[in-house]
Amino acid sequence: MTAPATAAEARRAPARSAARLPLTLAVLTLALLAAAVAGLALGPVRIPPGEVLDIVVRGERLGAYASIVWDVRMPRVLLAVLVGAGLALTGTVLQALVRNPLADPFLMGASSGASSGAVLVIVLGIGTGALGAVALPAAAFAGSMAALVTVYALARRGGSMTTGRLVLAGVAVQYILQAFTSLVLVVAAEAEHVRQVMFWTLGGLGGARWDELAVPALVLVAGTAVLLALARPLDLLLAGEEGAHTLGLDPGRFRAWAFVLVSLVVGVLVAYSGAIGFVGLMVPHAARMVVGAAHRRLLPVAALGGAVFLLLADLVARTAAAPEEIPVGVVTALVGGPFFLWLLRRSRRTEEIA
Amino acid sequence: MTAVDAGERTGAAALTATGVRYAIGGRTVLDGVDVSAAPGETVGLVGPNGSGKTTFLRCVYGTVRPSAGRVELDGVDAAGLTVRQRARRIAVVAQDAGVAAGLTVREVTAMGRGPHKRFWEQDGPDDLRRVERALTEVDAGHLADRAFTELSGGERQRVLIARALVQDPGLLALDEPTNHLDVRHQLEILSLVRRLGTTNVLVLHDLNLAAAYCDRLHVLDGGRVVASGTPAEVVTAGLLAEVYGVPARVEPHPVTGAPHVLYLPLP
Repeated sequence: MTAPATAAEARRAPARSAARLPLTLAVLTLALLAAAVAGLALGPVRIPPGEVLDIVVRGERLGAYASIVWDVRMPRVLLAVLVGAGLALTGTVLQALVRNPLADPFLMGASSGASSGAVLVIVLGIGTGALGAVALPAAAFAGSMAALVTVYALARRGGSMTTGRLVLAGVAVQYILQAFTSLVLVVAAEAEHVRQVMFWTLGGLGGARWDELAVPALVLVAGTAVLLALARPLDLLLAGEEGAHTLGLDPGRFRAWAFVLVSLVVGVLVAYSGAIGFVGLMVPHAARMVVGAAHRRLLPVAALGGAVFLLLADLVARTAAAPEEIPVGVVTALVGGPFFLWLLRRSRRTEEIA
Repeated sequence: MTAVDAGERTGAAALTATGVRYAIGGRTVLDGVDVSAAPGETVGLVGPNGSGKTTFLRCVYGTVRPSAGRVELDGVDAAGLTVRQRARRIAVVAQDAGVAAGLTVREVTAMGRGPHKRFWEQDGPDDLRRVERALTEVDAGHLADRAFTELSGGERQRVLIARALVQDPGLLALDEPTNHLDVRHQLEILSLVRRLGTTNVLVLHDLNLAAAYCDRLHVLDGGRVVASGTPAEVVTAGLLAEVYGVPARVEPHPVTGAPHVLYLPLP
């Protein structure tokens, strides 16, 4: 019986992490509020934070500042919160489902699949009007599901995924789907197809409008509620395929349902924000380092963390090169790519879920 | 170490396996295995490598479906049980069972409540009490807040037994629970298992340990049961020569009286 040998181990000792949960949630909530105020204050027109708070708290609707805050920036901030939380949650769930820390909706092709589905519907002309409100998310869901199942089928080894196969299958499927998306947009001679391609392959929150927030908000709230309720079975999967089975969980059946649920959330999010990568990869890891692997703690922390992260990434995306806007996926990839490489290097040494 | 408080536990279950066959890829792994365990009995499965012990145990706990034959728990056909129902009756301590990093011992143990809860239910005070009690029972109460992956092999095995106890099973299936443990921990684990009050079916490699700690033994060889009975009936020089192909003398242990194998050099 020895004390944790290194500082790194001590940091990961989950007992201390358990005690950290309330503090972590409090800090993240404050960070979320601060990032939201920054998101409302910064942009081509800088509004003093005090003024922003005034406008939001008093529900001020009149005046130029109020119009910018409520009509332009608020929907975008809310979309970033919804999408960030959703991607981080689905990333956390996917990592447990395939028992591999490198899983993420983007790397597993789910996001690109959703993009392909959405683009196809738009080009075929059923992506607009009343039908579009259903057809677009539905097609994104179908695309997301198809991609996820394909990657899983290619990379699985009895319920787990070896890192090599996961990355190869994921990247291949993702590239094929991105190429397909670009092809469809170019062939269909969509107006501004270059920007469209960028949106669907790298994501963007610039299109956020109040009347479009209802669907993602609804799906995300419902999806989050269900995903948070999955803490127990997700924990059981940490015991391995046979372990889960002997603890009363049918891993195959559970995984199938969870894939549907994840595809639904990812599909809907991507339909409104494009395919934004690495949020679902990075945030669950950071969360796990802070509060341990038990999903009862991990899921809420990842959701909050994802919201904060995407809010900040979007802030950088629209202010760093102003007046040009960088696709938000570029920002998340610039941060997340190196992180992914670091994980890959580490997983070669340990080959276990960190 | 506290005494077993059997009050809240379901009674020990009776296991009757008859004619269990299992074939995969044209190879017969189990060829009509009959094994029984009376309530509260500790039954050992022994035999050479590849004799089908682990596969048979997996047929009992349901991750392998026999191609023929029946496994009955208290007279009920186990094939008709759902995964959840089965996990409430049989708990398993598998060989080299791993758990991903980042969980405390308490969290790993609490997994055992899984089959008793709907998936969205949180653990209540009663569940937490059961977890604490099981950890105390296996003498791991002081480890509750430690990271599971930091534990030594013997400590991990004790915690996995605590997790199995929290499942409140009638039957405990253990696959080489003493594997990789030093001799002190081997003895500790086996005497712990005997104290639990469950029906126990263990796969064991060490014949002396099996003879000392099991009420009855079943010897498997080539997917068949070649001998069954009390250790004194089963562990004989003739059996060792026939099944393992090793010369040996078997003498009663001077202190316990259990049959004790003294291996002789190969001729």
